[in-house]
Amino acid sequence: MNTTWSRFNVTSIVLGFAFLYLPIVLLIVFSFNESKLVTVWGGFSTKWYVSLFHNQGLMDATWVTARVGVISATVATVLGTLAALTLTRYTRFRGRVLFSGMVFAPLVMPEVITGLSLLLLFVAVGLDRGFFTVTLAHITLTMCFVAVVVQSRLVSFDRSLEEAAMDLGATPAKTFFQITLPVIMPAIVSGWMLAFTLSLDDLVIASFTSGPGATTLPMKIYSQVRLGVTPEINAACTILIAVVAVGVIIASIANKRREVQRQLDEQAAQRG
Amino acid sequence: MKSLGSIRRDFAPWNDPNAKPYIQFDNVTKKFGDFTAVNNLSLTIFEREFFALLGASGCGKSTLLRMLAGFEEPTSGRILLDGQDLRGIPPHRRPVNMMFQSYALFPHMTVENNIAFGLKQEGMPKPDIEKRVAEMLKLVKLEQFAKRKPHQLSGGQRQRVALARSVAKRPKVLLLDEPLGALDKKLREETQFELMDLQQELGLTFVVVTHDQEEAMTMADRIAIMDKGEVMQVATPAEVYEAPTSRFVAHFVGNVNMFEGKVAERTANTTRIKGATGAEIVVDNAAESSKGADIVFAIRPEKIKVSSKRPADTVNALEGEVYDVAYLGDMTVYHIKLDDGQIVRASALNASRITEDPLTWNDRAWVSFRPDAGVVLTR
Repeated sequence: MNTTWSRFNVTSIVLGFAFLYLPIVLLIVFSFNESKLVTVWGGFSTKWYVSLFHNQGLMDATWVTARVGVISATVATVLGTLAALTLTRYTRFRGRVLFSGMVFAPLVMPEVITGLSLLLLFVAVGLDRGFFTVTLAHITLTMCFVAVVVQSRLVSFDRSLEEAAMDLGATPAKTFFQITLPVIMPAIVSGWMLAFTLSLDDLVIASFTSGPGATTLPMKIYSQVRLGVTPEINAACTILIAVVAVGVIIASIANKRREVQRQLDEQAAQRG
Repeated sequence: MKSLGSIRRDFAPWNDPNAKPYIQFDNVTKKFGDFTAVNNLSLTIFEREFFALLGASGCGKSTLLRMLAGFEEPTSGRILLDGQDLRGIPPHRRPVNMMFQSYALFPHMTVENNIAFGLKQEGMPKPDIEKRVAEMLKLVKLEQFAKRKPHQLSGGQRQRVALARSVAKRPKVLLLDEPLGALDKKLREETQFELMDLQQELGLTFVVVTHDQEEAMTMADRIAIMDKGEVMQVATPAEVYEAPTSRFVAHFVGNVNMFEGKVAERTANTTRIKGATGAEIVVDNAAESSKGADIVFAIRPEKIKVSSKRPADTVNALEGEVYDVAYLGDMTVYHIKLDDGQIVRASALNASRITEDPLTWNDRAWVSFRPDAGVVLTR
């Protein structure tokens, strides 16, 4: 590989990263701003973080978001896994193409349309909008992502593992819980995390389907920003970024370690 | 006492009309859509037999094994195991265990737990499980690997774990799907003998599927040679090699020379065959054939003698030219182009270090063989 640090290369990298990360860096920097004015630097301070934790509205929204995220991600993971199993295991049933199309349609459906149609449905059946409807909407949104992730793992799953388990006397149900599920568990966990993240940062669908008392964090931030950006919001966003970044870093380190350990094990095994 | 091949077989229930069959395939057919994988097949396997299903890929041998294990149901016909019809019995209730080609070891379990899996399913008490697992680990010499995961093992070790797991439940029948396919040649040869010893020790019935004729010949009591979903011949390795009943079997197992011709004359004990180009050979009577019928004489390369002069005491001698020679160490393979154009493959064991009658490319040479050195085939 050619890795000469020509002036052109350095410039492209700097510009590229600046394009991607400068806004985020600015946001983090200004969250530590002493001044109340968002664009004027008035010295270092952490007072906005303190006031953030005393902002009852933001704290409530965070709590709602966390609950919506956990519940919707969990239900979506169960449904998405079932859909993925159906699609990989039963390759020939009536309406399979239609079923797979319908499972994956929300992937490409504009969020505005999903949100609006859900709103219309909830109104039509007379469901009061609130925590329950947001959660339901997020399940609809994230289920297909889980299905995609789990399906890609199931495609490479060695079916003879299941056959071996049944051959050794395990009933189909035991086979599923003792063999299939543990083996595809990493994919299910990634599916859950993806669903949780999607639910965490969804604004559009939540705006359509949420009601009084169930304001999610993105909705709260958005509505506050319309009244003017405060450094408090910057602080809230910085914490959000930190949480996501730490999660991603831990996941990738754990992954890397496992991979290295596995390689070492395999080399050791080859040596005998 | 004369016998076909070089081994005397004392275990031969298939020759005993009173022997009770253990596994029976009765007119079994299996179709996948329009494709017929197994076609109206009948087969009998006896208790404690080491039985091999041999064939090229796609001949239906694996389907046969999977029907026995319960992963496929026959489209028609029935399979009996120890007198019990297996139709409708799901895999987890069949008294057979299978060793998979891919080994199918559970990646998230240790070697120990892999072996114990089947025992736990049948609700064996814990101390008994521990005892049996220890016994199995000892049997396959993996005692110090009990706590390892499958990915921490070499290919040969994984193979042995798979074997231990499949015999741990003491099944009535052990099914082995290409058990040695993933091992390298040297390990494969060692493991063949280990498998035979294991089968003797445990007294189980083994049904092994393989595409490797040498493997089948080494291990099996009897071999079923399959082609396009049908059994071509079921016989001991020696019979399959020395007395094939069809051209397919003769070609499939080992090397063979085919002399095609018509029956010119038939006496009480011998048949004179006139080849298409005029050469004549005399062979022992085997198959029923009338004068003028098309016939093939199949003879193995090592049964043909090559010499630079016509041997004095032989009825069948054909002249030709040395076309190719290959020295393989333990033996030498000659390709002799006969004067009628046919190329004959002959092999000579290099039983001594010094050859009296060396031959080289383009020498004139004679090939000769006894009338009973091959078999007459009509199909």
